Amino acid sequence: MSGNEIVTDVVVIGAGPCGLFAAFELGLLDLKCHFIDILDRAGGQCAELYPEKPIYDIPGFPVVTGQALVDNLMAQISPFAPEFHFNRMVNSLVKQDDGSFVLTTDADEVFRAKVVVIAAGGGSFQPKRPPVPEIEQYENKSVFYSVRKMDDFRDQDVVIVGGGDSALDWTLNLQPIVRSLTLVHRRDAFKAAPASVNKMRELVMDGKINFLLGQVAKLDGADGQINHVHLTMDAGDLSIPATRLLPFFGLTMKLGPVADWGLELNDNLIVVDTEKFETSVPGLFAIGDINTYPGKLKLILSGFHEAALMAQRAKKIVSPDERVVFQYTTSSTKLQKKLGVA
Amino acid sequence: MIVNVTDQAGVDHELEALEGWRVMEVIRDWGLNIKAECGGAMACATCHVYVDADWLDKVGAPSDEEEDMLDTVGDVRSNSRLSCQILMSDALDGLKVTLAASAAKDDVAA
Repeated sequence: MSGNEIVTDVVVIGAGPCGLFAAFELGLLDLKCHFIDILDRAGGQCAELYPEKPIYDIPGFPVVTGQALVDNLMAQISPFAPEFHFNRMVNSLVKQDDGSFVLTTDADEVFRAKVVVIAAGGGSFQPKRPPVPEIEQYENKSVFYSVRKMDDFRDQDVVIVGGGDSALDWTLNLQPIVRSLTLVHRRDAFKAAPASVNKMRELVMDGKINFLLGQVAKLDGADGQINHVHLTMDAGDLSIPATRLLPFFGLTMKLGPVADWGLELNDNLIVVDTEKFETSVPGLFAIGDINTYPGKLKLILSGFHEAALMAQRAKKIVSPDERVVFQYTTSSTKLQKKLGVA
Repeated sequence: MIVNVTDQAGVDHELEALEGWRVMEVIRDWGLNIKAECGGAMACATCHVYVDADWLDKVGAPSDEEEDMLDTVGDVRSNSRLSCQILMSDALDGLKVTLAASAAKDDVAA
């Protein structure tokens, strides 16, 4: 494990709305939070799936979009200066003899915390895998769902699939370095920046790339290396030589490593009590869409309530000897000072 | 009223439905293999079904926004629809659909 070790009161896994509000409730109790999230920004599903969609059941907001809710939550928790670690997935979570936790991420960081809150919603966002037989055996060898190193594509015969910005952007970015590039999409309409679409069409006109209307049906290859991509097309099926495939079908959620942490699960949801929202492991909490208990409703407002009760218990774990007096933000100058308003 | 659903394994199910329910909700509540992760906000495409040829006219065509979302699955056919966008009504009593592979719960990359 290389050097980066972070010691904090609480690690929150997942920076969606419920995790963000947890930082507020924990902050009022003087607990310091670090967030770890697989996305590149805060907001979880609100930011990734429905930033523009109106939400009508947030108390006090007759209507608010997913992104506006996230922006407001970020403003609300800013007095507590939580720290964010984006583009990372928690790989392991191990309880220590003293009751604290050690977490490691896929960016080789180590976090030490007395309390861990899992607020991971439907799990971590992962690329959608197209339903192509045996595609798994080629993944990360010749089939990629993102471009980490452009050099992996240099002088290759690349097939890019999809009609969104990722597909279009990588078509334009990779075209100068590849041996050949074919963009495949199911229809001649794109949900991407018009300028990118126009540039792509120019490259097609100039004979620098191919564009085919169709869908990937099958891959040929051996030992993880593809050599042909079979397409089903209205115009008839076609097989094209290819050494790299980049499917861009967006993201979907998967429980991921949480499943391996020895927690009591029920249908891929983490079982918690309704007093503290603690899991079967003391000091490890689960709030929001990822937990389950009798009567659970997957609503953002339920997650907010869960965060508040969780924080009370978290405080007792972090500061067992401190007497906590329950206070209101409307009347307590102590709380108002923490919020920077008194 | 009834929705007839063929799952990804080819097994047929006759599901009791209520007027006004989304077909996605019916399939989900009966516990078939449907991810439906955005809950009906037309923000994913994980409730993708194929509508039986006999029912295509009654169900109608997808909206532009639905077509855009269908771009995010790799097994679209001419009878593809998002089942969250089909509302049950008397006219659709007996509707027959087939769950697409891309609607399955575990359809994610490793």
